[in-house]
Amino acid sequence: MERIQIGDVSLEVSTAGEGGPLLFLHGGEYFAQNRAFFERLAQRWRVLVTRHPGYGGSERPDGFRSVDDLAYLYLDLLDQQRLSDVVLVGSSFGGWIALEMCVRSVERIGRLALIDPLGVKFSGREQRDIADIYALPADEVLRRTFFAPERTVPDYGKLDDAEAVSIASDRAATALYGWRPYMHDPGLRRWLHRVRVPTLVIWGQSDGIVSPDYGEKLCRSLPDARLERIREAGHYPQIEQPDSVADAIERFARAEVER
Amino acid sequence: MKVWHFSEMAYHPAWPELRDSYRVVIPNRLYDPKIGADLYHRYLDEWALCDELGINIMTNEHHATATCADSVCTIPMAILARETKKVRLLALGMPIGNRNDPIRVAEEYSMLDVISRGRIEMGFVKGVPFEISPANTNPADLMERFWEAHDLILKAMTTHDGPFNWEGVHFHYRSVNVWPRPWQEPHPPVWMPVGSPGSAAEAAERGMTIGVLNTGWVRTPPIFEAYRKKAAEAGRPMTPQRLAYMALIGVGNTREEGQRRADQILDYSRTSGIVAPQFMNPPGYASVAQSAQALRTSGAGFRAGRIQSRDGHAINPREMTVDDAIDAGLSFAGTPDDVFAQLRAFYDHVGGFGHLLMMGQGGLLSHEETVANLTLFSKAVLPRLEELGV
Repeated sequence: MERIQIGDVSLEVSTAGEGGPLLFLHGGEYFAQNRAFFERLAQRWRVLVTRHPGYGGSERPDGFRSVDDLAYLYLDLLDQQRLSDVVLVGSSFGGWIALEMCVRSVERIGRLALIDPLGVKFSGREQRDIADIYALPADEVLRRTFFAPERTVPDYGKLDDAEAVSIASDRAATALYGWRPYMHDPGLRRWLHRVRVPTLVIWGQSDGIVSPDYGEKLCRSLPDARLERIREAGHYPQIEQPDSVADAIERFARAEVER
Repeated sequence: MKVWHFSEMAYHPAWPELRDSYRVVIPNRLYDPKIGADLYHRYLDEWALCDELGINIMTNEHHATATCADSVCTIPMAILARETKKVRLLALGMPIGNRNDPIRVAEEYSMLDVISRGRIEMGFVKGVPFEISPANTNPADLMERFWEAHDLILKAMTTHDGPFNWEGVHFHYRSVNVWPRPWQEPHPPVWMPVGSPGSAAEAAERGMTIGVLNTGWVRTPPIFEAYRKKAAEAGRPMTPQRLAYMALIGVGNTREEGQRRADQILDYSRTSGIVAPQFMNPPGYASVAQSAQALRTSGAGFRAGRIQSRDGHAINPREMTVDDAIDAGLSFAGTPDDVFAQLRAFYDHVGGFGHLLMMGQGGLLSHEETVANLTLFSKAVLPRLEELGV
């Protein structure tokens, strides 16, 4: 892990592998569980994985507190590192950040892969597109999050101090950025036509946080997107089925290169 | 010492129908407005009686709960501002990090202060974690919002050549100009309930009066000590009037009668913490260290162990007896002599305080029993408090 200074943010970035650049934006929780997916991606790309400011105990400057801030931060990162034709991958909350980046600028982005992203409001004011993880009983949240929770969820009683602090700060940071409006930007849908980049929307077939139906609506709202469902996976398919998700992104990337 | 009578105005008729949560998710079809009206009026009558008894009045507020039907703390204050003439009126208080409009808070408190001719004491509260969901406020920056609201409210109440501009992080007004201005100068006394030495120090720095609730024999002394230490460092005048302690008080002509009253009031302690666990620690409400600890103990770590016996072991509030509560310093109960002796022992143990927040009604304690409890306290305990020297 290295730190890259961008404005007043000391951003944590891990880099692995060789090839074209791929930037992964993580979701609200279960960061540590993405390892197998990262290793697989690193066989094909130079993979940059960041920790959003405030997550994992990382620094967050005063006043840095919106998904807009995160989007501009990562656009600045691409500029500063002079990256081009980037494969941008965002999971859950990170998918929301990726969308906010793309409505602002796709100049340095070649392909966009969204994995069960949040961020857009489709339904009416008395419906909820995104399950309220803060109001549901914890065991139900786990059942909705994973196809097989028992294979993925850590034994929290066995965490060491640093691991527990990391998870607790991830949860606090997700609340800070996404509490209200709940995990979405009411204005984002209006600007989705600006995501002028080939897009693959990946969805866990058993996602009970945001249903595949939401993914279909999202695809219809984007200029050039298609949906791919992943079997035996919930809200974080890249954790439960890392090879299937990596395969899907690789196929998507090859197809676009040939086009 | 000033004494304040406090009741949560519980809507206890719903309690038999509740099991795992008394808050947040319980539908209000369980509330019958006709029964509720009778309850409001009796609780208000008990507070009004305090004006004759020389006991001051304290209200609070909670939301979406059958444990406390006072969802707007300034409404009973408004009624009592006119219905009473002598005693002081404390709201402890207004959850200013959860309210979207601090100027409205300044207006409510100022108007109350004028109507009561300067008898208002105004509390600003963080609010328990399960207040986050009803307000849908962000738990991760709650205290940042709290302090900005606090600063804005005080500036609004003390600025007399307005309007002024406020473009902060959380609140935005270009023309702050509160009418009426408050009666008291520079503003009514400010209170904050605290539950830890850290927040006591924050209050001490600003000269606020702290109210400590449910902290008992073990947790109270370090909180008071932190306050005194920080007040001295900050050069704030330290008097016992900066410190308030809440106790559940049952007094009777016999020990049995006083303890029976306390036992009924204790249903407050037995019910108020019953909340569906997902609302107990919204992310960011507690410190990362506290939440990390809670994570490792399956969520039981945060708020667990809050009630402790005198020798430091955890008491399950749902099963707490009167003897447990007396031992823990949460309740003073029995004859007037018993109550005074317990109070004096506690007072000496914590190094003194200037306000006794008396929960004189709680749970199913009836109107007649509450009147008897308050009346006997005012006759047989209140006059003796001078012996404490504050």
